Amino acid sequence: MRYILKKVLSMVLTLFVVSLCVFLAFSLIPGDPVTRMFGTEATPELIAQYREKLGFNDPLLVRYFRWFFAFLQGDMGTSYDYKMPVAGMLAEKIPITLTLAVMSFVIMVIISIPLGIYTAKYENGIIDHVISVINQIMMAVPPFFSGILLTFFFGVILKIFTPGGFVSYTKDLEGFLKYLILPAFAIALPKAAMATKLLRGSVIEEAGKDYTRTAYSRGNTTNAVLYLHVLKNAMIPVITFMGMALADMVAGSIVIEQVFGIPGVSRILLSSINNRDYPVVEAIIMGIAIMVLVINLLVDIIYRIIDPRIEVEE
Amino acid sequence: MGNVILDVADLHIEFHDHDKPETVVEDFDLMLEEGEIVGIVGESGSGKSMSALAIAGLLKRHALTKKGRIMFNGTDLLTCSRKELRSYQGDEISMIFQEPMTSLNPVKKIGWQVEESLRIHHKDIDKKERKRRAIEMLTAVGMHDPEKLYEKYPHELSGGMRQRVMIAAAMIGEPRILIADEPTTALDVTIQAQIVELLRKMNREKGTAIIFISHDLSLIRQICKRVIVMQSGNIVETGYVEDIFRHPKMSYTRKLIAAIPQIDLS
Repeated sequence: MRYILKKVLSMVLTLFVVSLCVFLAFSLIPGDPVTRMFGTEATPELIAQYREKLGFNDPLLVRYFRWFFAFLQGDMGTSYDYKMPVAGMLAEKIPITLTLAVMSFVIMVIISIPLGIYTAKYENGIIDHVISVINQIMMAVPPFFSGILLTFFFGVILKIFTPGGFVSYTKDLEGFLKYLILPAFAIALPKAAMATKLLRGSVIEEAGKDYTRTAYSRGNTTNAVLYLHVLKNAMIPVITFMGMALADMVAGSIVIEQVFGIPGVSRILLSSINNRDYPVVEAIIMGIAIMVLVINLLVDIIYRIIDPRIEVEE
Repeated sequence: MGNVILDVADLHIEFHDHDKPETVVEDFDLMLEEGEIVGIVGESGSGKSMSALAIAGLLKRHALTKKGRIMFNGTDLLTCSRKELRSYQGDEISMIFQEPMTSLNPVKKIGWQVEESLRIHHKDIDKKERKRRAIEMLTAVGMHDPEKLYEKYPHELSGGMRQRVMIAAAMIGEPRILIADEPTTALDVTIQAQIVELLRKMNREKGTAIIFISHDLSLIRQICKRVIVMQSGNIVETGYVEDIFRHPKMSYTRKLIAAIPQIDLS
């Protein structure tokens, strides 16, 4: 309980620092939201009037804390561009980006666990070598490029995927999920390759330990030893990576959404950065930061579940 | 003479992981009768553990050759199928090891590990009955509060307790042979005596034959009737422990006897 409290406190502190950084970064880069709002119709009077109205004339820290406390109370402000509440704007986009990230994560886990164990079991066999080469390629190709290749192959050649044929989850959930499979693969493949490689090494190391000999002495098959005994031990270092990968996938989906034309958070994020639409950018970045922190917390909790020794060492 | 349950003859083990093959066990013979305790004694590298691992079917398949025969239940464990070998492992032939600290899986509960052979070999036994037997077994090896222990993890136990858990796990299927490879070496002396006593109790009550491996001849004398003395892969002497103590034929055996510390109380 004390542990959770400590964690939550440090999370709030981290969020505070993140938000401050974003706020400061935007006050440093050139570009002014009010000027952009009016474009060519801007007159000095109009600008001055709106600057006053939006509170831009207050000192930076005053603006920051005004925003921060509002944010803590759940008020993300109003978009300069769209003139609507940020929360409402994001509410329908976040599920899309999150679904994509979670799908990528699931694909990564489903691929890497059996493959990592298999390549460790047949260490230095032909298939191990082949998979090792494929892994290298997967790690080297960035998701946006494999995304283009996948679209070309499945969309243009095989015609089992309609590029640009995105349907919203509110209209057709199945069609929505089907559309996300390819982009999810594009995000997942390099991470799956890394996780496979990591798990392979970890399984090989664990398989040499004494408890596996005990497991064999009780009549276990090799697969039973690997899945029932070794896997849980071998996952301990891999879980850290998978947690980081999930956080990365949330950020990675923003690029992939552009490639596949998915109307997730990415479009709003890019346009709001261009238009200096601070409330929107701040809210999205805070959202990503919160997600990363929550994922880290989950990883910590999963650690404790998997490895009973951790609790004692505290 | 009782019923011979294990007959090892001409066992050769050769390693191939270097340029020159290396013989680690040569002409190893062992006859084990039902319910008896046989000792194998020798210094490190004498091949005693290798022979034991071969009998338990735990030598890795590659990088070594095995010759001879290990007859158990009418089958040769050296040449039989992997599947048949597995059907004996943990059920008819069990093994406990030198390193109680690392022989248990650190992330699995004690109960799960103690029950494992039952889960593998006796699928007809349901979960409740498995647990009942595991707790009975933990009690039999002298553990206090077995219900609580059932839910614990290995790191919460001392070395001696872990070795007791290993014995409980090895004995739960009531095997005909228990191979104990230096089971007390890593433990301190008082715990050592308790573990030896426990093995004797298991032998007495369950009728399990034990192959007891040690480098300590005085320990062998406490528990075994017959002993095999090994040196650099060969059997140098074999017979009743008392005879060997009184009339050691080989100088190596004499050295082993001389290595036993004597306490002069006078």
